[in-house]
Amino acid sequence: MRRETKRRSVFTRRALLVGAAQTAAFGAMGVNLYRLQVREHGRFATLAKQNSINDRLIAPERGLITDRYGVILAGNRQHWRALFMMAQAHDPQAVIDRFAALMALSPEEQARIARDLAGKPRYVPILLKDDLDWSDMARIEVRAVDLPGVFVDVGASRTYPLGPQAAHVIGFVGRPTQAQAQRDPMLALPGMRVGRTGIEGAHDRALRGTPGIVQTEVNVHGSVVRELDRDNGKPGAVVQTALDTGLQTLAATRLAGQAGAAIVIDAVAGEVLAMASTPGFDPGLFDTGVPAATWAHWMHDPMRPLTNRAANGLYAPGSTFKPCVAIAALHSGAITAHTTFNCPGYLKLGNHTFYCWQHSGHGTINVVSALQQSCDVFFYHTALAVGIDQIAAMGRRLGLVGSLDIGMPGASTGFLPTHQWAKRRKLVWTKGNTVIQGIGQGFTQVTPLGLATMVARIATGRAVQPRLTRAIGTVHQADGLDYGWPSLGLQDRHLETVRAGMTEVVNTPSGTGYASRLMLPGVQMAGKTGTAQVHDLSQAQEKANYDDASLPWKYRPNAFFIAFAPVAAPRYAISVVVEHGNEGAAASAPIARDLMTLALTSTAQRPAAKPGFVAAPQTVAMVTAS
Amino acid sequence: MSGLIDYRPYYARSFGLLRKLLRINWLFVLACCTLAGIGYAALYSAAGGHGEPYATPQLIRFSASLIMMIAIALVDIRLIAKLAWPAYALGLVLLVVVWRFGHVGLGAKRWIDVGGLHVQPSELMKLFLALALAAWFQRASYERVGQVPFLIPPILAILVPAALILKEPNLGTAVITMSIGGTILLGAGVRWWKFVIVIVVVAIAAPFIYHHLHGYQKQRILTFLHPGRDPLGAGYNIIQSKIALGSGGFWGQGFLHGTQNQLNFLPEKQTDFVFTIIAEEFGFAGSLVLIGVLFSMIAMGFYTALRCQHMFGRLAALGIATNLFLYCFVNLAMVMGLIPVGGVPLPLVSYGGSALTAVMLGFGVLMSIHVHRDVEFAASEE
Repeated sequence: MRRETKRRSVFTRRALLVGAAQTAAFGAMGVNLYRLQVREHGRFATLAKQNSINDRLIAPERGLITDRYGVILAGNRQHWRALFMMAQAHDPQAVIDRFAALMALSPEEQARIARDLAGKPRYVPILLKDDLDWSDMARIEVRAVDLPGVFVDVGASRTYPLGPQAAHVIGFVGRPTQAQAQRDPMLALPGMRVGRTGIEGAHDRALRGTPGIVQTEVNVHGSVVRELDRDNGKPGAVVQTALDTGLQTLAATRLAGQAGAAIVIDAVAGEVLAMASTPGFDPGLFDTGVPAATWAHWMHDPMRPLTNRAANGLYAPGSTFKPCVAIAALHSGAITAHTTFNCPGYLKLGNHTFYCWQHSGHGTINVVSALQQSCDVFFYHTALAVGIDQIAAMGRRLGLVGSLDIGMPGASTGFLPTHQWAKRRKLVWTKGNTVIQGIGQGFTQVTPLGLATMVARIATGRAVQPRLTRAIGTVHQADGLDYGWPSLGLQDRHLETVRAGMTEVVNTPSGTGYASRLMLPGVQMAGKTGTAQVHDLSQAQEKANYDDASLPWKYRPNAFFIAFAPVAAPRYAISVVVEHGNEGAAASAPIARDLMTLALTSTAQRPAAKPGFVAAPQTVAMVTAS
Repeated sequence: MSGLIDYRPYYARSFGLLRKLLRINWLFVLACCTLAGIGYAALYSAAGGHGEPYATPQLIRFSASLIMMIAIALVDIRLIAKLAWPAYALGLVLLVVVWRFGHVGLGAKRWIDVGGLHVQPSELMKLFLALALAAWFQRASYERVGQVPFLIPPILAILVPAALILKEPNLGTAVITMSIGGTILLGAGVRWWKFVIVIVVVAIAAPFIYHHLHGYQKQRILTFLHPGRDPLGAGYNIIQSKIALGSGGFWGQGFLHGTQNQLNFLPEKQTDFVFTIIAEEFGFAGSLVLIGVLFSMIAMGFYTALRCQHMFGRLAALGIATNLFLYCFVNLAMVMGLIPVGGVPLPLVSYGGSALTAVMLGFGVLMSIHVHRDVEFAASEE
């Protein structure tokens, strides 16, 4: 019995030991559970959420671009598009084949789809066909059973109501490049577009908007169980431009059929009311895809429709450069308003003869008359007197060259030669070079935008900054109406002298622009014609006063006209160029007159200049939010 | 002298059916039902709020096995002791059948079909081994247990089925089987130093054993050591399981609202990983209740073992309680990522008939021990 007791006590001891070990094990598990479930709850809850919540971004609607009155210049049109989610099809290629049989895909589309099939994640929808109409959509929906993973959704494509007439200034959008899409995941969304040029490019960020998020609960296979939350995102901001649709359309219409550009600036506000470049192109094609034939046509067109001549066209300005030379000379004291030179119809310099456009000569002439009649010899002498460095400096001061922040990417700066530049380029700068500089030929290269800026500055005496954008969303972009532009620091009498000359150009019968004077009662326009040779004439041709109209188109001189009005209280500045238009007075001046007439007669809808705008240059710049 | 020892209180002397029923540990039966209830809720949730296909069939199975358990509880423990070795022999035969024929016509080698019923012999073997060992040591004196030759048959009785189970292959159940055998040897009074020798030998042999493990078994051990190694491969189960536990928090995400569970991120959620459903939807509080019930059942098993007057009952109860403990420990530790993943279900909660039947059979024997704790066996050796 004692042994039974021994056996039992050994069992009891060891059972209790085993029991204690098991209790300890349970305790350890409880502690571990507490650690997992309570202490580390936050971390695991986040992981669980990532597991089951799928955030899908939806592309925001691109912001509108309007003109100053709210007329839509770039809008969105809803259309249907077919998307395909690879993950939902067992055999994606078979689905694509059936879809192709149904919708007739072009080789380009098929190539793109093949690329997307190979390169995109299985859960990212890829675009099968864009721009479907209602019947296409219906056909796909009817065959939905045969097309697993294919779904139709509503997308937006960009529309440009003015089409080619404002293509360059508004710009266009395109699909993001692969590199862009990788940098910014938002751009990988189907339907996202990136502004490439013009205002679309300049304010792309604002126009894009904020993508929406659809939060869905997904199971382990990635299929959606239900929609938890939907945020439609914020559509892109409306960009209100300074453009005036009426002026823009008129400019484009008047230039139609020619290669040219026209710019209208509100010299007080600094706003660009019209910026036309012809020939144009259909900017909407870049959104949907430019057909190969169209692209080839654009590339081979000698008029180069894709070039924005207004901001990027570089021209020798011809006689429209003379006001700049005149002001440079007056400002530097090289000449006064009363200085006269004799024009016998030519200037002999060494063994080279520089002719005046009027071979009979202008006789003794002062600066005002020289501007009025565009006497070349007067400006040969003036250029020699003032020198190219002073002229170049004045060109920069007048905004003729140099970068202008107008709110559009890629505007050219133009170029005026200096002695320093010539030295760097190891050019032997002769007096002859300076002479032709005086009439805006030679190395001089300016843009129509630069010319318009120069006119605006001469007209107001202020450093007008032309700009295209009035407001982004609700944020008003400051302009000259908010604070006066700073003074150019030029003496009024010098500016007045040049303005007087330009006024005579248009308003005196002997002026070169008299035919294009305004027909409005009590309002006068000042201007300057320009005819710039693009082709070196031989001395013999020069001597014979060659008829340019007989030249082949591409050798004919470019025709310029710059203008401002009203003379009494300058408000609008205009520059017009017609490439190979032969004569500024004949080709460009009438267009400028028509634009000016429309600008002056539609002022009721534009705010009046504040009376004090010419004063208080020290006013601090500011951006007002409304 | 024997008059005093043989004295039994009046209620213990008669073993009529009613008395036996009254002597059943009804608290234990209640714990079983509670566990099955928790299991029902978990399986209901695993099916996304439906009784089918898991919860209702499992409840029917549980009801049937509950009746079986109570029926076994009424069987005289001495009869069970007599049947221990024949049952062991049957278990061995079944294991051999699985080994030889189990894979013929069946996907899983662990199962055989007996009259349309899935039987997993390794589950039954754990119980039969415990009973056989208890029967072996029932009459042995403390001195006899100290003799090495006397220990050779029980050790073989442990190793042969363990080897067959390992061959299936089912590492987890093989280790559990050996642990149960070892615990009974310990309870029987086998000297400590013998255990020390075995542990040292196993420690030395471990690298060789590892070398002979199956690829997926090695995989599980490696995955256990580095769960993040292959998040969508072998480590996926552990990571998703831990996420489910951790996202439960203190009070849980609410019944039928566990995202990991409802969205099918949990692997094997209705079987081995059923605990994660409770933990995710009822939180730490729910986990504690479940663990508490399981712990109380193990404690009651030990209570039965300590209260029992005969060695067979003591050792068998110790084995059955340890079996329950090992089930819980391995399953919970697996779910928490503490030990390598193995196919060990959570008793009475996990979906599946075979394990349920085997466990309830064991509980039946445990109840029989409890009911017959005071019976006299034939005279022991001394």
